[in-house]
Amino acid sequence: MMAVGLGHYLALAAILFTLGVFGIFLNRKNVIVILMSVELMLLAVNINLVAFSAFRGNIEGQVFAMLVLTVAAAEAAIGLAILVVYFRNRGTIAVEDINAMKG
Amino acid sequence: MATGIDSWTLARPEIFLAAATCLLLIWGVVRGERSVNLVSGATALALVATAALLFLPFREGTAFASLFVVDRLTATMKALVLVSSAVALLMSRAYFEKVGAWRFEYPILLALAALGMMLMISANDLMSVYVGLELQSLALYVVASFQRDDARSTEAGVKYFVLGSVASGLLLFGASLIYGYCGSTQFARISQALLEGRAAELGVVVGLVFFVTGLAFKVSAVPFHMWTPDVYEGAPTPVTALFAAAPKVAAISLLVSVLMGPFKPLFAQWQQILVAAAVLSMLLGAVAAIRQTNIKRLMAYSSIGNVGYILLGLASGTEKGVQGVVFFLAIYVVMSLGVFAVILTMQRQGKMVEEIADLAGLARTRPMIAFAMLLFMFSLAGIPPLAGFWGKLYIFMAAIEAKLVIPAVLGVLCSVVASYYYLRIVKVMYIDEPGVALDRTPIGVNAIVAGVGAAVVALFSLLPQPLGTAAAAAAKGLFP
Repeated sequence: MMAVGLGHYLALAAILFTLGVFGIFLNRKNVIVILMSVELMLLAVNINLVAFSAFRGNIEGQVFAMLVLTVAAAEAAIGLAILVVYFRNRGTIAVEDINAMKG
Repeated sequence: MATGIDSWTLARPEIFLAAATCLLLIWGVVRGERSVNLVSGATALALVATAALLFLPFREGTAFASLFVVDRLTATMKALVLVSSAVALLMSRAYFEKVGAWRFEYPILLALAALGMMLMISANDLMSVYVGLELQSLALYVVASFQRDDARSTEAGVKYFVLGSVASGLLLFGASLIYGYCGSTQFARISQALLEGRAAELGVVVGLVFFVTGLAFKVSAVPFHMWTPDVYEGAPTPVTALFAAAPKVAAISLLVSVLMGPFKPLFAQWQQILVAAAVLSMLLGAVAAIRQTNIKRLMAYSSIGNVGYILLGLASGTEKGVQGVVFFLAIYVVMSLGVFAVILTMQRQGKMVEEIADLAGLARTRPMIAFAMLLFMFSLAGIPPLAGFWGKLYIFMAAIEAKLVIPAVLGVLCSVVASYYYLRIVKVMYIDEPGVALDRTPIGVNAIVAGVGAAVVALFSLLPQPLGTAAAAAAKGLFP
């Protein structure tokens, strides 16, 4: 049986992070999906931090992961709040409709 | 290293601002909408008082188990952030009263953002970098969409939020790799690990690239600038004025203290990234602004260009370079707040206007404001003897001394191209036939800010020493 090493955790985190980034830039449908992708990126970072912390025997990474979790919750709350006011004005949250200004 | 009560003394300005903000928030909640003028006045006062606390008396050192550092550079940058936030807050009232969004949450959010920026500037550990950055960003996302019944403002909020979160994610991923390969989140230990040979590891370099990319988003350097024009155009104008000043200062300061601090051993790696970002930013700032018709969008591209000059100074990696960055930033903040103060006085029949064409004939209808704008535009274009010229001179000299001759020459050329659109605004104001004249608004905060800013820009050459000395003292701390 193969032991699960640090490299496996890092690969998993890198894959999740890449999925998150692609979810943001390739997604053409819904802003909620973007919020989920951001969450995925942050969770990938947490896997990294906790894996490093466990394999290096250093507690700082776990402290950092706790902070990231807390901030991620605040970020999701703010993002949804902004999305609600946006929906009230425009009546849609489709990504392709966010184009009142050319960018 | 400071312990116990010393930590609290070093963080006194931050603690004061946090306590004042909490008290004002409670006051606002209890008293409701009536309290808005009082809360905003008190917040502006608290921001200025915090800036004063930084220097009365000035003490340096690290605090809270090395999470937090205070030195000349951080104190100077914090003073810039606090004063520019206070000025932006004072500039906001007339605009928000006009659009019916003058609520007490606005000054509170601005103070929280300023607090986050202070933590960013003083960060001495990857964790405090992240917490400070997010405190700042979360407050600013809300501020961008503060005009909540306006489609453009909320759209700016959504865009700023999405790209800001991506930036935080990239920065954080970089931080996690740096932590993993260096074995600590503390700047001092990272620096030690890099000097002991960790610098060669691929993980560290990849982490650094992600980290710098995240910060490049925050300072809107090319190629991570795409959110800037939309957010600047959509956000309420006083908020745009704030965005162009305070968060830029904070993010640049963080970039300086990270790159010149723990990542100094990786200079060869990050210099390439910064030179590329600097040159691209200067080019885009010069070229893309030419076809803009909205003055806020134009200022967005102008700020991208100015960030390019700042990154060029930083890329030189010398004491002179850092000195130039501090010097340029201070002047840039004055100029950009001044330009936005002028934009905020532009009204026609009681409505805010923001097209460049609306400025036509301003010199005849409102000569004083037009003259202030002329000084700002000449200064941004870098025409001597105005302040903007000295800022650019410092940067280019530092770059040439660091053997970055080609980027510096490109910078000068971009500066020439950019003067085309700055001078176009002067031409519109002074030569074009006026259309329907802009309203003659009574002299308010914005006219005063524009006047004072114009006076500073015009008379700077008479007394450049104080800023020069402050910049030199700030840079010295990084090169013991």
